[in-house]
Amino acid sequence: MSTHTISVRLENKPGALARVSQLFSRRGYNIQSLAVGPTERPDISRLTLRVDCSEHSLEQIEKQMHKLVNVLRVTELRPDESIERELALITVAVPAERRAEIVALSQVAGARVADIGRDAITFELVGRPDQVEAFEELVRPYGVRDLVRTGRVGLRRPSAGGRTAPTVQV
Amino acid sequence: MLGSDAILRALELEGVDVAFGIPGGAILPTYDAIARGTSVRHVLARHEQGAGHMAEGYARASGKVGVAIATSGPGATNLVTPIADAWMDSTPLVCITGQVRSSLIGTDAFQEIDATGITMPIVKHSWLVQDIEELPGVMKAAFHVARTGRQGPVLVDVAKDVQEAAFDFVYPDAVDLPGWKPPHKVHPKQLREAARAIAVAQRPIIYAGGGVQNADACVELLELVNSAQLPAVVTLMGKGCLPDSHRLNYGAPGMHGSKYANWALNKADLVIAVGSRFDDRVTGKLSAFAPGAKVIHFDIDAAEVGKIRAAEIPVVGPLKLALAQLAAEVRAVAADGAPDRSAWLRQLEDWRERFPFRYERSDGTLKPQTAIEALRDLAATREEDVIWTTGVGQHQMWAMQYIQCEKPRSFITSGELGTMGYGLPAAIGAKAARPDATVVCIDGDGCFQMTCQDLATASLERLPIVAVVINNGWLGMVRQWQEMFYDERYAQTHLTHAVPNYAQLAEAYGCAGFTVENEDELESALAAAFASGRSAVVDVRCDPEEKCFPMIPAGAAAVDTIEAPGGEVVVA
Repeated sequence: MSTHTISVRLENKPGALARVSQLFSRRGYNIQSLAVGPTERPDISRLTLRVDCSEHSLEQIEKQMHKLVNVLRVTELRPDESIERELALITVAVPAERRAEIVALSQVAGARVADIGRDAITFELVGRPDQVEAFEELVRPYGVRDLVRTGRVGLRRPSAGGRTAPTVQV
Repeated sequence: MLGSDAILRALELEGVDVAFGIPGGAILPTYDAIARGTSVRHVLARHEQGAGHMAEGYARASGKVGVAIATSGPGATNLVTPIADAWMDSTPLVCITGQVRSSLIGTDAFQEIDATGITMPIVKHSWLVQDIEELPGVMKAAFHVARTGRQGPVLVDVAKDVQEAAFDFVYPDAVDLPGWKPPHKVHPKQLREAARAIAVAQRPIIYAGGGVQNADACVELLELVNSAQLPAVVTLMGKGCLPDSHRLNYGAPGMHGSKYANWALNKADLVIAVGSRFDDRVTGKLSAFAPGAKVIHFDIDAAEVGKIRAAEIPVVGPLKLALAQLAAEVRAVAADGAPDRSAWLRQLEDWRERFPFRYERSDGTLKPQTAIEALRDLAATREEDVIWTTGVGQHQMWAMQYIQCEKPRSFITSGELGTMGYGLPAAIGAKAARPDATVVCIDGDGCFQMTCQDLATASLERLPIVAVVINNGWLGMVRQWQEMFYDERYAQTHLTHAVPNYAQLAEAYGCAGFTVENEDELESALAAAFASGRSAVVDVRCDPEEKCFPMIPAGAAAVDTIEAPGGEVVVA
């Protein structure tokens, strides 16, 4: 078992996302994260899925997804060939006297202050998934009151050369 | 034109000559369009499940897309079983359901159900049509998706107001489905590799499945078998794709397949899977299945290749093309000298002679196998084609073992979903597709009672079929498992031979009814049923204790075959 990132170009049609997520639950694959949003074309969405599975299951997932009428393209994003980013919003409990300390810390970690309340601060961080995790760990001792992560999105690096062929050829 | 008329024009343009269904509130406008006139014959079923299985029987007998029509809510949910059945057996089906008005969708209105949601895991695709302008394109796409690639069911759910709306109907020439790209050619390198593997194999066996019939590739398979002299086993779903009388056809493998078919796979050094998918009812214990064999896997569906059993040589593409090209490649390779496989063919022949299907006749009771053999012999005397359908259970396995099919699309059964009640409505659908053929449903008493209300359909729509109820008074296959694996605790499986009285039930529906209590009455009753000119039910009261053998218990291997009592025990 290992974790894989799969990128799916999907027709922007009613029910299209449900068909993909249904396929995962029905065949017993576990989705760690799923991010979906528009692409350069309004009629196409892109899904970035993070799944924990064997190589054999990954091949099955890709082949089964390809049979969905709304799925245009399925690609595995390999870590060395792709850029992956995630956005996190984290509300941390901070008494007024420790504000300066944690804000300085967050700046070092590349986070920004999104909102400041009387006894809490919400940070926003955009970065590689491991950076997001590191920041989360960093502020955890202060007391994380609320946290949301978008799940990773990714694209193949242009510097990795050529347009990727779809993982499954049809 | 109204949306309802557009649905029928689309059916006509897609070449549909028969559709099966039942009207109801949300589909009423479309039935009103039927009243206004169409070349599509509508067969009125008595239950939507029956309509769906009829459409399946029609599709399997004809090779065309089957069409079932139902209303919203319970109409749609009653179609779920046939949709699932068509999904599991790759039967092309377009199901059209009415949906409540667009303004009511999402409000839990009367007879509103999320039909596309409920069926999502068991359709190739589905559409909820809420805009009249989309309707022609959706109908075109529905038929295209159902019949291309690996065949299967689709659902078109049409809001009532769309059926009532007026618009300018233009049927598109092409589909707009950028994500639907089933393979249409075969990789030549893979074919060459396959041919080379076949050329060096000492003990090859073709393992042909239902995909061969779906792809209309039976002629190509026969040509390959003949030209390369390759022996074959044929699954339940594939039955008929090679003539059962063909010397190199070793019949069905699997749980109740023959010992020789299972051993052929078990001892092969090359398994050539063609439109088959290593189903657990065929393989048994996977690690012990064809343990010494390399696998070539031909399939239209890339997801089947390597799903259960790794394929050394995967060949994805349309089977008709693939098999024709493979035969040519094999001929080219064999020009360098064909291997001598006479020892392997002799071995297979020896197993076939030593381990035929068999059962013990007894004086007192009528054995179900005797009834099926009598049917087979009667069918052999007929000039017209005979098409068989079955339910699911012991009678189905005996039909697989004893019925002789010489032509494709002549054995229609619920293979993978195992839908009891499939046989009778499927027979009615097959008869609608092939009025020239005699259609015989071999059914069990448990199965028959699940859908027998459609005897009314057979009767009134003048689609005469012969239903032979192998009546052992029990849910026979379940009883067999209870006897063998549950210490003879027969929980809730006794149905009785006598209730209902099947012959009287048949008469009540306007069909001919016959009761057979012993072997002497068998032949004359079957002959009378065939000759009756109307639908007939033959109640064949059989030995309740007869079990279906050979049997490889679930999860066991071919070498663990349980034989019929008194058989020769030999370990291959």
